[in-house]
Amino acid sequence: MASNFTPYYALVFVAVLSILLVLALLVVNAILGPKRRSRVKMTPFECGNEPWDNPRKRISVKYYLVAIFFIVFDIEAVFLYPWSVLYRGLLKQPGYGILALWEMLLFIGVLAMGLAYVWGKGDLDWNPGAKR
Amino acid sequence: MNWNIVLAATIKWVFMVLVFGLGVAGILTWVERKMSAVIQDRVGPNRASILGFRMLGLFHPLADAIKAFTKEDFVPDGANRVLFFLAPLIALVPGMLAFAVLPFGPGDNLVIANMDSGIIALLAITSFGIYGATLGGWSSNNAFAMLGSLRAAAQMISYEVSMGLNLVGMFMVFGTLSFSQIVYAQGHLLGGWLPEWGIVVQPLAFILFMAAALAENKRAPFDLPEGESEIIGYNVEYSSMRFATFFLSEFFEVVLIAAIVTVLFLGGWQIPWLDPKGIAGGWIRVLQVGAFVVKTLFVIWVMMLARWTLPRFRYDQVMKLGWKIILPLSLLNILVTAIVLAML
Amino acid sequence: MSAEMIVFWILAIGAVLGALAVVLPPFGRNPLHGALALVVSFIFMAGVYVQLSAFFVAVIQVLVYAGAVMTLFVFVIMLLNLTPEELAQPKYSWYKVLSVFSALAIGFIVASGLTHVLVHFHAASIPATFGNAASVGGVLVKKWLFVFEFSSILLLSAIVGAVLIARKRRS
Repeated sequence: MASNFTPYYALVFVAVLSILLVLALLVVNAILGPKRRSRVKMTPFECGNEPWDNPRKRISVKYYLVAIFFIVFDIEAVFLYPWSVLYRGLLKQPGYGILALWEMLLFIGVLAMGLAYVWGKGDLDWNPGAKR
Repeated sequence: MNWNIVLAATIKWVFMVLVFGLGVAGILTWVERKMSAVIQDRVGPNRASILGFRMLGLFHPLADAIKAFTKEDFVPDGANRVLFFLAPLIALVPGMLAFAVLPFGPGDNLVIANMDSGIIALLAITSFGIYGATLGGWSSNNAFAMLGSLRAAAQMISYEVSMGLNLVGMFMVFGTLSFSQIVYAQGHLLGGWLPEWGIVVQPLAFILFMAAALAENKRAPFDLPEGESEIIGYNVEYSSMRFATFFLSEFFEVVLIAAIVTVLFLGGWQIPWLDPKGIAGGWIRVLQVGAFVVKTLFVIWVMMLARWTLPRFRYDQVMKLGWKIILPLSLLNILVTAIVLAML
Repeated sequence: MSAEMIVFWILAIGAVLGALAVVLPPFGRNPLHGALALVVSFIFMAGVYVQLSAFFVAVIQVLVYAGAVMTLFVFVIMLLNLTPEELAQPKYSWYKVLSVFSALAIGFIVASGLTHVLVHFHAASIPATFGNAASVGGVLVKKWLFVFEFSSILLLSAIVGAVLIARKRRS
């Protein structure tokens, strides 16, 4: 009996199988592998140098900006998906037609403005001084 | 509970994910080394042997697996144990799960989960791969791993946007988010002779999607998160099977991306100009699945070639390519597609 | 109990436990663990959407919330790298007042929505295409066209705001 829900059950089931498989690989390794600890082995690997600072420090705000831009344009894409599926049908629909194109031009246009703004402000330049 | 669904899903999972996905990914670890050797005029791996048979070094993946299982599995001091353990798991499992929505052939029997929004589901599943790379680097308590994970995260999210936007043109042309329907639609012939593959109707999207997918995969020319000559990468503190899991996930993603590109842009299991009525019984299914596999292997070959012939980008170049070239071009692609469809 | 109810309770309990783990120890002590617990909660919530036949929304829930928004959260937590001492510093008391107030407000909205559903709900069969991308899109680009277009302005303001905040801190 196949229903609308069948693929989702299958997906969850396959996810459980995959997680179990990878867990099994890791567990078998933990059983088979030797356990010989030493102080030097446990230090962070920095090509032979002694680590001299805590790696977990504050990082440049550039990364945060990239993440925000990612969210915004990802959500833009999400808004475009339902529209794109309907687009050809809407074009043929009487009384709707070319309006389908205009409403999307407006939507993309506003976000293209956002992209242009960021571009113009130079926030897309990762390394502003670098040679092009 | 319907046990037929469970049984069918298990059988499909074994063949699609384990035999095809992991099998090809395992062999790819050999292909990668042998191909780089051929390109660089070296001999390549040829030592592993069973009873004196060397088989062009084909036993090396096997030897690697044995090694991965029998090496010490340790956590460095100061690492976050929970996330250190979870990161390789999160890196590999989404890739394996993504295979569940890809159709290997026509109908419901050659796909694990034939979802109505399958392509979006695939994007959703693969977006979890970011957690694997970032948490792996962060939890290691190593400055180089931390740098690698930051680079990985920023690079992957930059290109994930373009991957999604590039597909919008495809959705507009074919009017569906389902993998199965998009492959069926690609069986049409334009003007009676040209197969209506994604690469034909959306050539720009194909190129941009390939580039974005390569960057998402973190392989050369986009291998900055690893950058073996400078920071070694987010998985520098990992050993034994945990490292092998990261390593395998990279090759698994190569297979996955090739399969996605095949399904979306190269017609999936469709064989153009072949009349299915001319072939008896179940053989047409075998041929179609074979076509899918051959196309996938071809795309893998192209990706391998790109890996060994292109030099690495600088990080600001990666960001510039993602945000200033691929993203505007994919918006332009949507625009042009919309206008062309409106004029038709 | 029917199979459907069992699945629902698994999903609901998973979502609530995940949400509790975000703020309660042992997970909540480490912000990254808390963020991952929220991802788990979101995934269970997507399962609830699937049970409601809201297939497209379920997939989008995973893509946007579990995939994108939580990536931002994890990223920001990694970037700030607050030490346990910094995290243990006393928070402003009006933060607490504000959070209690917003929790109550959200609770009120959810409760009023629930009572509305309970009063007006009529069991009816839904069309086969219910909840897929095309039917969601049909509502979005026709009935809610203005909201749809307006959301682009919201996204634009998010971009501008982020740039301005980053700029202020930088100089």
